[in-house]
Amino acid sequence: MNIYINGTGCISPQETAQIGPLFATLREYDQVRLSTVDPDYKQWIDLKQIRRMSRVVKMGVGAANLSIEEAGITLPDAIITGTAYGCLDDTGVFLNKLVSQQEEMLTPTAFIQSTHNTVGGQIALLMGCNAYNNTFVHRGFSFEHSLLDAMMILEEGTAKHVLAGGLDEITNYSHQILSRFGIYKKTPVKTMALLNSPDAGTIAGEGAAFFTLSTEKGAHAAAELVGLHTIYKPLWEGEVIGEIVKFLEDHDCTLGDIDLLVTGRNGDIDQDEMYEEVAAALFPEHPEACFKHLCGEYPTAMAFGTWMANRMIAEQDVPAAAMFYGQPPAKLKNVLIYNHHQGTHHSMILLRAC
Amino acid sequence: MSDLKSQIVEQLNLQEVKPEDIGNDDPLFKTGLGLDSIDALELIVLLQQHYNIRIANPEQGPEIFHSIRTMAEFITAQQQKQQA
Amino acid sequence: MSEKVWIAGGGVISGIGMNLQENLESFKAMQPGMTAMEYLHSVHRNTFPVAEVKADNEQLADLARMPENTSRTALLSLIAAREAWKSTGLADISQYRVGLVSANTVGGMDKTEDFFNTFLSHPQGGRLHQVVNHECGAVTELVADAMGIRHHISTISTACSSAANALMYGARLIRNKIVDIVIAGGTDSLTRFTLNGFNTLMILDQQPCRPFDETRTGLNLGEGAGYVVLVSDSLLAHIHPWARLSGFANANDAYHQTASSPDGTGNYLAMKGALDMAGLQPHHIDYINLHGTGTQNNDVSEGIAINRLFAPHFPAMSSTKSFTGHTLGASGGIEAVYSALALREGIIYPNARFQQQMKELPFAPATTFSTGNDLHHVMSNSFGFGGNCSSLVFSKE
Repeated sequence: MNIYINGTGCISPQETAQIGPLFATLREYDQVRLSTVDPDYKQWIDLKQIRRMSRVVKMGVGAANLSIEEAGITLPDAIITGTAYGCLDDTGVFLNKLVSQQEEMLTPTAFIQSTHNTVGGQIALLMGCNAYNNTFVHRGFSFEHSLLDAMMILEEGTAKHVLAGGLDEITNYSHQILSRFGIYKKTPVKTMALLNSPDAGTIAGEGAAFFTLSTEKGAHAAAELVGLHTIYKPLWEGEVIGEIVKFLEDHDCTLGDIDLLVTGRNGDIDQDEMYEEVAAALFPEHPEACFKHLCGEYPTAMAFGTWMANRMIAEQDVPAAAMFYGQPPAKLKNVLIYNHHQGTHHSMILLRAC
Repeated sequence: MSDLKSQIVEQLNLQEVKPEDIGNDDPLFKTGLGLDSIDALELIVLLQQHYNIRIANPEQGPEIFHSIRTMAEFITAQQQKQQA
Repeated sequence: MSEKVWIAGGGVISGIGMNLQENLESFKAMQPGMTAMEYLHSVHRNTFPVAEVKADNEQLADLARMPENTSRTALLSLIAAREAWKSTGLADISQYRVGLVSANTVGGMDKTEDFFNTFLSHPQGGRLHQVVNHECGAVTELVADAMGIRHHISTISTACSSAANALMYGARLIRNKIVDIVIAGGTDSLTRFTLNGFNTLMILDQQPCRPFDETRTGLNLGEGAGYVVLVSDSLLAHIHPWARLSGFANANDAYHQTASSPDGTGNYLAMKGALDMAGLQPHHIDYINLHGTGTQNNDVSEGIAINRLFAPHFPAMSSTKSFTGHTLGASGGIEAVYSALALREGIIYPNARFQQQMKELPFAPATTFSTGNDLHHVMSNSFGFGGNCSSLVFSKE
């Protein structure tokens, strides 16, 4: 069974909500915390509803709408959301008041908006969609499991069009706390210099990307979602390399069939070592593109990477801003995206031009 | 009543609504400002914060929060009760 | 795709017992778990009764064989998940392709609250180990790592229906041949965050809750964890199944962020979808474990949807939340274990404190514990915030 990507929507630190060639106007940063470039959300959400929504809800609703618009549908048969952190902003607001007001005179709005299924619920509410609705909140697998769920539903034949995506936001609290864990660079690094920076730490990112998947090829479909695989806490690099080979075999694909490798390099020399190992062992002569210098590191960044790879297939072009190694390939048929988050959550997605 | 209007606009984050645009007798819910049950809960907290009035039963909401005037009358009555 | 998925065992820790047997004894003895708060520190201690697990974190950490500073959400989860695995009689977990799909809504919030006390006054304040497992998924991984589960680990969070969705996803992982066994269910500990959150909605009862009673005024929060072990048909010879997960469905009410629609659209669609998958008619259902939170809104919506689907043949039904309180992300898991056990033992659970018939409904819940009933099919409902509604159907064979 073939699963087509009939429509996509992406809101990110790049101008991805705009129509036009990929990264035509590159947003270059010189900071360790990237924020989304927000479209006018009022085109999808009326004022009565938007007043209660935090950024993560708005970016989710926006990306979801962009995705179904491109797919040419108004109502999906399933809505599946992946978010590692959930609605951090409202969680922080409620927690702050809870502590500072000693549990007195709290208001319901932030609490209601803080639950992890707020985004999925709001998308359903705004679309008037009574169909299957689920939210995965499993760290670096949140997006991957929402895609897996979507693929299973299509295999089961219970839905025709499935909307699935991943998203996360940064808040002041979350950035302060995550910074204390030593995840980010101590000093700002320029966007195009990040992936070759010689020290530990990466940059923080956020964003939302949604995909409308179907077993019927839509008018704007450029690629098929051929396969998805995750590895939890691999024991060593060899396990990852072996799993990638097996993954490609399972989908009747050889290493030579891969036209472009897209990796989740994030500029942290310790974390990028894994990508070096994989590229050296399996893809020494392959061109490689990257995405986290453009969107930043976050648990659902793979959603941005997948969106970017799909757009590259659609345009049959790899923009210079995304190239990391080698020359842009003449054709883009099979694209393998390999990502890991914090060294514990590894995932791979195979896209094929259709 | 104008204080009350500003407080409501702030508490409910009513973007693009000016306090002075709310008529004293306009219905706050449904046809008027279009507030809903979550707003009613917010207004209960507003009364507690700004006027030290506690409403234990949310079912009283629709009657008290019908309009700015009914809210103001309720607040005045409660304040008189507290002073008595 | 319609491969049979069996329930090979289950485990529960809740406000009415540290294991499934203790839970059962509490139902028999008609002893609900709501009391004044003993372990949760809140200014509302004397206002709202809650159904706490009757042990402090030190005792739970001992039971779970985990460090004492572990989130209570993870401690509860590990205790119930281990009990579930042990009850199956299956061999060492490493011999199978096993997944863990665990739902929760609070993650490590119990520790994050403590962190914020210090952090808010100083950005460098608070100990990082208090927030390192804040994420919902981190709680699941603590349990997976302790049990040696690696093949598929996932976390679902859809408010009150979370754990029911974990069972559905788990069953589908088995049918899609991704794993052969899934430990599926949910966990949630009581936190000030959720207690105060539900208080702002003004739906907490200051008395023990009265689900499906005309005089009900709200819910009591509870805590706990419940897991079933889902096993593929190919391993049937290795287990003594309690029941089969024969049907399930998930729908969205798409009506309001927190309230259910007056006619219970989402509830109806979920129950109807689950029956359809199981290939059953409404009259085949012998018992419904209700969502039954005890709020005005939930019980009338759920009741009206049941009336629409089941009239005129109403099965026995009850809300076990009248004993355990509403355990949020855990409730669908705890109630799935109760439902599977109901089929094995022919149990109909009592609905505590029911006195006055709801005027909107032509049926009333069961009020006494009984065992040895001839049950063939049992339904379990989980509805809630965000419009997320899920129903599960369990069958004897």
